[in-house]
Amino acid sequence: MTSGPILRLDDVSVRYEGTLAVDGVQLEVERGDVLAVLGPSGCGKSTLLRAIAGLEPISAGRITFDGEDLAGRPTHRRGFALMFQDGQLFGHLSVARNVGYALRLRRLGRAAVNARVSELLELVGLSGFEDRMPATLSGGERQRVALARALAVDPRLLLLDEPLSALDASLRQSLAADLRDILHTAGTTALMVTHDHDEAFAVAGRIAVMFDGSVVQQGPIAQVWASPEAPRTASFLGYARVLTGASARLVAEAAGLRAGGQLALRRSALRVAETGVLEGVVEQVTSTPEQLRLVVDVPGAGRLDAVARLDERLVVGESVHLSVDATRVAQMSV
Amino acid sequence: MNRRLLGLAALAAGPVVVLGLFFVLPVTGMVSRGFFVDGQFAPGAVWEVLTRPRVARVLAFTVGSATAGTVLSLLLGLPAAYVLSRLELPGRRVVRALLLVPFVLPTIVVGVAFRQLLGEGGPLGFLGWEQTPVAIVLGLAFFNASVVIRTVGAAWESLDPRPGEAAAALGATPVQVLRTVTWPALRSSVVSSASVVFLFCATAFGIVLTLGGLRHATVETEIYLLTTNLYDLPAAAALSVLQLVVVVVLLAVTARFRTTSAAVQRRPFVPRRPARHDAPALLATALLLLYVAAPLVTLVSGSLRVGGEWSLGNYRALTTTGEYASLPVPVTEALATSLRTAVDATWMAVGVGLLLAVVVTRRSRSTAERRLRSGLDGLFMLPLGVSAVTLGFGLLVTLDSGVLDLRNSPLLVPIAQALVALPLVVRTLVPVLAGIDDRQRQAAASLGAGAWRTLLTVDVPVVWKPLLAACGFAFAVSLGEFGATAFLAREGAPTLPVVIFRLLGLPGAMNYGMALAASVVLAVTTAAVMLVVERLRVPSMGAL
Repeated sequence: MTSGPILRLDDVSVRYEGTLAVDGVQLEVERGDVLAVLGPSGCGKSTLLRAIAGLEPISAGRITFDGEDLAGRPTHRRGFALMFQDGQLFGHLSVARNVGYALRLRRLGRAAVNARVSELLELVGLSGFEDRMPATLSGGERQRVALARALAVDPRLLLLDEPLSALDASLRQSLAADLRDILHTAGTTALMVTHDHDEAFAVAGRIAVMFDGSVVQQGPIAQVWASPEAPRTASFLGYARVLTGASARLVAEAAGLRAGGQLALRRSALRVAETGVLEGVVEQVTSTPEQLRLVVDVPGAGRLDAVARLDERLVVGESVHLSVDATRVAQMSV
Repeated sequence: MNRRLLGLAALAAGPVVVLGLFFVLPVTGMVSRGFFVDGQFAPGAVWEVLTRPRVARVLAFTVGSATAGTVLSLLLGLPAAYVLSRLELPGRRVVRALLLVPFVLPTIVVGVAFRQLLGEGGPLGFLGWEQTPVAIVLGLAFFNASVVIRTVGAAWESLDPRPGEAAAALGATPVQVLRTVTWPALRSSVVSSASVVFLFCATAFGIVLTLGGLRHATVETEIYLLTTNLYDLPAAAALSVLQLVVVVVLLAVTARFRTTSAAVQRRPFVPRRPARHDAPALLATALLLLYVAAPLVTLVSGSLRVGGEWSLGNYRALTTTGEYASLPVPVTEALATSLRTAVDATWMAVGVGLLLAVVVTRRSRSTAERRLRSGLDGLFMLPLGVSAVTLGFGLLVTLDSGVLDLRNSPLLVPIAQALVALPLVVRTLVPVLAGIDDRQRQAAASLGAGAWRTLLTVDVPVVWKPLLAACGFAFAVSLGEFGATAFLAREGAPTLPVVIFRLLGLPGAMNYGMALAASVVLAVTTAAVMLVVERLRVPSMGAL
C-alpha cells in the first residue's frame, strides 16, 4: 500500500462538443477520504465525475489511481462504483438482485451473495427489503438501495453524482448523516459532486469548489469555509453578503478581527444584543420557526442581515444594537 | 474518439451493405435506365415523359386522391384516437385492436373487399361508386385511419392531463382547452401522421390497382403498367425519379416533426369516463367501426356464397388450381409459400433493423457522431417511401450480373419484403431503445458489467417485447406485400396476394369466389398475427 493520494488528477481537461467542459483540473483524494466537488450546475463537475468513471474520454492530462494511469481502462474494469442522483436501479430486478448485481457478475456463490446483500441492506437500514421491487420504494429508500448496490463490491472508489439532490429537505439531512457514517464505517474512498453546500458539508471531509470547468479552491472543509478565495465562492458556500472597503472594516473591527480585505457574512453573523457595538435601524423583519431574520441598516456599513431571538418582538424602524459572531464571518484577502 | 467512430462504422456496415445492395443499387439502376438511353446521358427523355398529357393527369390524380385520402383518414382517425386513448370504455382494447387491423391487412384484400362492397350486386352497389375515384379514396382512408389512430393515439395517451385541467380551472371550455392546450401539444404528431399517411396514399399500389382498374392510375400503378404492359422502361424510370424526389422531400419534413414530438413516456395514465361532450367523438368512432367492418363483413359473406347459396365451396376450391386450371399452383400451396417467405423476410428485417436501431440510439459523443447516426436513421427510412414497384422492378433489372444473380433465388422475394418492412421495424425499436436512460448502462458498467453484460441487464429486459412485436409486424407486412412481390415472385411459386390478384383477373364465378375465400384466409392470418402483437402493448408500434 502506497502512502499519499490514491486518486490523482493532473491537469485534466475534457472537451465536450468543442467547448472545454473541464479545464486543467488538479485534484487529489487520500485513501479513505470523502471529497466533495462543489459547484453550480453547468460548471463541469458531472463531466469531471464521468471522466474519472471512464464514461467520458479526457482530452488532456492524466488520471491515476493507486499509481496506475487509467487511460484506456474501460469503466467496468476500473473497480469504481457510480451512484446517480436518481439511483438508476434496474427496474426489473428486486432490491436483493439489484444490490447483488455486481457480486453475481463476479460469480460469487448464492449463499455468499445472499449474506453480503443482507449485510449491506442492514448497513443502509433496509433489512427485510430484499424482495421488494424498485417501483414500490420511496425516493429515499431507492437511494439507499443504490448506495448498497454501489458498496457491494467494496469499490476502490465510490463516485456519487448529487446523491441526495432528488430528495426532500428533511430526508436529505438524515440521509446525509447516514451516508457519512456508512462511508466512514466502510472506510470507502469517495468523490461526490453536488451543487448543495449543506450536502457537501454533511458528507465530505474535504471540498473542491469548481466554477466554469476549473477548480478554484480546495482543502479541508473547515479551511475552505473559513477563507473562501473570492466573493463568488463565498456566496456559493452559503454566505449571505460580501462586504468591501469601509463597511468591511467596520464589521471586522466590531468582530475583533484584523481589518483588511473583503468580508463574507453568513446570515446569522450579526445578532441583536444589548452589548453590541454596531447600531442600526431595523428595515425588515421575517419570522422563521427558530429565530427572527432582520435586515438592518447600519450607518457606515449599509444594509446587513441579522438575526434575533423569537421573543425579541422587534418592529420595523426600531433601533437595535448588533454583536458580530467571528466564527460566522470569513475574511478574504483582496 | 476515432476508435469509437470506427466501431460505429463496423456495426453499421452490415445494414448499410444490405441496403446498398438490395435497395440503393436496384433503385438507382432503375432510375438510371430513365436517364441513359443506349449508354448516352439523355435527360431529355425524362423531360419528354414528364410533359406527356397522360403523366400530368396521373400526377394530378395521385396528388388529388392522396390529399382526399389523407383528409378523410384524419377526419375518421382523430376522434377515434381521442376516444381510444383518453376515455374509459367497455371493450376499449378490443375496439382498439380491431381498428388497427386494417393497417396491416394486405392491400389486395382490402381492394377485393371494397370491390365486393361497392360493386354491382354489392350492398352499396346502388351508389355506383365502383371504379370511381371515390372508391379509391375510401380504400385509402380505410387503411390509413389506423395510422392516425396509432400515431396520434400514442401521443394523446402520453399527454399530461394536468395542463388541460389547469386551463379548465382557469375557465376554459372543453373546446378552448382542446384549441389552446391539447392541440399545440398534439400538433407535431398530427402533422407527422398526416405526412406519413399522405406518403402511403401517394404510393399505394394494390388498392389503386384493384379499385381503379386502368381508368384511374396513380404514379405507382402507372409505373407498373408502363413496365409490365407497355415495356416503356424510360417512362417508368422517369416516373420513379419523380416519385423519389417527392418522397425524399416528404420524409425530410416528417423527420423534422418527429424530432419535436415527445419521447416514450412511462407515466401511467388513467382514462376517464365519457362525458356528454364526448358524444360526437364517440359517434365518429362508431361510424369508423362501421366503415371498417362493412367491407370486411361483405367480403366474408361473399366468400361463403356459391351460386346464391351459402356454401363452403369457395374454401374447398382453395386446394385446386381454379376453374379451367388457371393457376400454376393450388391456392393452399401459395399460402405455404407466403408463410415461408414471411419467416425469411422477418428474420432479415428484424436482424438488420435491430442492429441499426442499436447503432442509431447509442449516445453520441461528438457532433460528427450524432450526424452520422441521424443520417443512418434517415437513410433507412427511405424504403418507406420509395415505391415498392420501383424496388421490385429495380431488383429484377439490376440483379442479373454474374455474382449477384438472385433473380431465380427463392431469397429474392423475402429480401424485397424485408426492405419494405425495415422502416417499420426500425421505428418500433428506436423509440424504445432511445427511451432507456443511458445512465442505466453507465450504472451497470460502473458495477463491473462489460458491454454484453450491460446489454443483457439494461437493454434486453426493455426491448424483448418490442422486438417480438417488430417480428410480428414484419411478418404481417411480408404476408401482405404486393407491390414488389408482383414483380419478383417466381412463376412456379407465387405468394397468396399474387394469386388473389391473378384470380381477380380471370373469368369464371368460381375463380372470383376463390379470390374472396383466399382474401379471407390471408386477412385472418394477418389479423391473427397482429392481434397477438397488439397484446404485447408496445407504445411505439407502428407509430411513424
